[in-house]
Amino acid sequence: MTLQAAIATNRFGLGARPGDITAAQSDPRGWLEAQLARDPGLPPDLHGVEDSATRLAATYAARKEKDEEARKPLREALRAAYRDDAARRTRAAIATDAPLRERLVHFWSNHFTVSTSRPIVAAAVVPYENEAIRPHVTGRFADMLLAVTRHPVMLAYLDNAVSAGPDSVAGIRRQRGLNENLGRELLELHTLGVDGGYSQTDVRELARVLTGWSVAAERDRDTGTFLFRANLHEPGDKILLGQRYSEDGMGEGLLALQRLARHPATARHVATKLARHFIADDPPPAVVAALEKSYHDSDGHLGEVTRTLLHQDAAWAPEARKVKTPTELVVSTGRALGTDIHPAVDDGDTDMKAARAEPALRSLALLGQMPFAAPSPAGWPDQAADWVGPEAMVQRVDWALTVGEKLGDRIDPRRIAEQALGPFAGDATRQAVARAPSAAEGLALLISAPEFQRR
Amino acid sequence: MTAFLPFNRRHLLAGLGGAAALSLLPQVSFARTVGEQRFILIVLRGGMDGLAAVAPYADRDYAALRGRLALPDPNAQGGVLDLDGFFGLNPALADIHPWYKEGQLLVAHAVATPYRDRSHFDAQDLLENGTVTPHGVASGWLNRALAQLGGDTGGRRLGLAVGQGVPLVLRGAAPVASWSPSPLKEADGDFLDRVVALYADDPMLANALKAGLGSASMADHALNTDADGAMDGAMMDGAPRPKAVRLDPAQLGTATGRLLADTNGPRVAVMDLQGWDTHAQQGTTAGRLAGALGNLSKVLVALRASLGPAWRQTVVAVVTEFGRTARPNGTGGTDHGTATAALLAGGAVQGGRVLADWPGLANDRLYQGRDLAPTQDLRAVMKGILRDHFGLDTGALDKAVFPGGDTPAATRDLIRT
Repeated sequence: MTLQAAIATNRFGLGARPGDITAAQSDPRGWLEAQLARDPGLPPDLHGVEDSATRLAATYAARKEKDEEARKPLREALRAAYRDDAARRTRAAIATDAPLRERLVHFWSNHFTVSTSRPIVAAAVVPYENEAIRPHVTGRFADMLLAVTRHPVMLAYLDNAVSAGPDSVAGIRRQRGLNENLGRELLELHTLGVDGGYSQTDVRELARVLTGWSVAAERDRDTGTFLFRANLHEPGDKILLGQRYSEDGMGEGLLALQRLARHPATARHVATKLARHFIADDPPPAVVAALEKSYHDSDGHLGEVTRTLLHQDAAWAPEARKVKTPTELVVSTGRALGTDIHPAVDDGDTDMKAARAEPALRSLALLGQMPFAAPSPAGWPDQAADWVGPEAMVQRVDWALTVGEKLGDRIDPRRIAEQALGPFAGDATRQAVARAPSAAEGLALLISAPEFQRR
Repeated sequence: MTAFLPFNRRHLLAGLGGAAALSLLPQVSFARTVGEQRFILIVLRGGMDGLAAVAPYADRDYAALRGRLALPDPNAQGGVLDLDGFFGLNPALADIHPWYKEGQLLVAHAVATPYRDRSHFDAQDLLENGTVTPHGVASGWLNRALAQLGGDTGGRRLGLAVGQGVPLVLRGAAPVASWSPSPLKEADGDFLDRVVALYADDPMLANALKAGLGSASMADHALNTDADGAMDGAMMDGAPRPKAVRLDPAQLGTATGRLLADTNGPRVAVMDLQGWDTHAQQGTTAGRLAGALGNLSKVLVALRASLGPAWRQTVVAVVTEFGRTARPNGTGGTDHGTATAALLAGGAVQGGRVLADWPGLANDRLYQGRDLAPTQDLRAVMKGILRDHFGLDTGALDKAVFPGGDTPAATRDLIRT
């Protein structure tokens, strides 16, 4: 087995399953590129997840129910739906044959974060990912940006659904006005980046441009789908980043998104985040520059940009500089063990019934990264300092031991080390695993080892 | 606690050997070099609306400017709780209102960091790094203050991050602890020795783990005893441990207070509270913001109760990255703004005052015509605490902790003498 193959499966995949390193070894980069070339569609584990419109409609219905006794089961059903979705998504990551693709889904989903911290969208976060992110991870950034920005879940999460032009028909009649939340995060987080050269005026102008981009309510047809509400749209010209937008209803937003997707600051922002995610917290400037150029040359084709990443020498450096996030740790453990069984700890905590039914989810909750629960629209952090605090490190080791004790009696940790890490595993780790007093501790040591905590 | 000696990390640390054990175990002799003063920084992430938390109800422009977000004056039903005839506390903070009269609550209003743009993430970075540039340095001002404080602590960790990670404000050269509850099986003894050995060439993981084990030991000690001395926590594997995965605000405050009450425990803690980014349906005395303020109130009340006598030597500072627009936005909320309010609470605070050079709320007095204008620098307030509560010298404060020179100067008389 070659080191390159181990890097392909661990750094760019989601961790090696038994046989993965062998499968990748004749052509590690080709193994990854093949995943970029072919979209296998929605993973089987996610079949059966309802669409976002259905979930939003159910959420509205629950809100409308005045009787508390009647409302309770509706809300519980929505919570259960989210948990079931989140568990399916985790299983899909553990099971996938196209781990680079799945990793890109997680990456872009985090770039365009929506979060269960807003109850109105909590039951529709995984459907959002399925609808707005998945189809575009190797397509054009502009298409993903549009899919995200006009997605009802994003419009509700960042409050644009209720934003009204102060001089719009509804704005005047109902004394409603602008909400600049989506306008700001679109510039700061989704496209240009915070140093991308926009001003407070641009934030407001983009918010004005996007007025009317809303969601069909209960009384509307097709509840829970995108709806352009002309009566919320701010009339008149807007000037965004020095460019004039003549009054054109929804067309203004479409044009603005196209221009933002082509903006050099967006190319730089996307290039930096990708390089940071895959290579190092502080990525080599040459890699960022190469990705930026690729973005520019391909007109924002993300499959091309990702391919360029795979052709950087720094991408294949032997040193594993990235520390796994809790999600990457749990998923790669699941893949290494060839099972989705993870430890459920019975501590009488009723708050986390969910995860009791779904142990991988519980592991994510314990380690601090429930799917779609990022604390802010910036998404989960992507640097080691944010994940390897003292308490977090102890919990990782405690978790490793809990997994070991749960599953150690069924496996040979030396074989798992070979299959999951191959040449990635150093002598010290191999020896520690081999000399451990029990298979349980051997497995726990393997999961705790730097080679497994990093990628 | 006295009669109970659990098998916990404190005991196994001896097995880690030499330097590691030394640096992790609290030692009585350090009490001489480290004072009894406590400081707790509560960071409200998302941008707290200062005009809603502490309303300038008597400002003649207040009611008209705030519109449907205006709080009723103190005589009205559900009105603000009067502080000084001009400012009033949001009723969601009713539980700490009496502290003002006791002189244990101080409000600094129209306060802001030097940051003047409106990104949460840059604003939080600057609030925590203590410079005038987002991402300017990779350490936090409170960590740098700890390094100044340090003297001979013998490696004792004086800083505590409540939660799994360490927020930027506490990151830096001075080693800090962090703590959060967990129901996982607790790794111990030989197994930990082996893991530590595996991290020999990975200082990042090694340092985090060692620091975490120190906190766990400290937490076992502080948390396994409740107020009446009974054991708190389920027995598992022969060791007592905290029960909940997610603590409610009161439990979080209680746990933090207990850790800090310990004579040999940390002296400085940082905790985060979420839920302040109220772009829509902010509400007044009920609603989203009132819910968040209620949580803050619960944390403060729990801290005071659990700190016990140590409350007398405690300052709690409640800060946020920026305020919000002075006017409501179009959706019953407020957007990102500039100046806001900060709260100082604690037995060591010379309170019962609202500290403000009030800019007014007339249109031409608003910052950029939209936000409460900043008239005091949050760094001045923090400098005042560090100087007069911990005795840090001005030179160090101006150079190392808030490296901007003597501007702004430390605010005087924040601390009871």
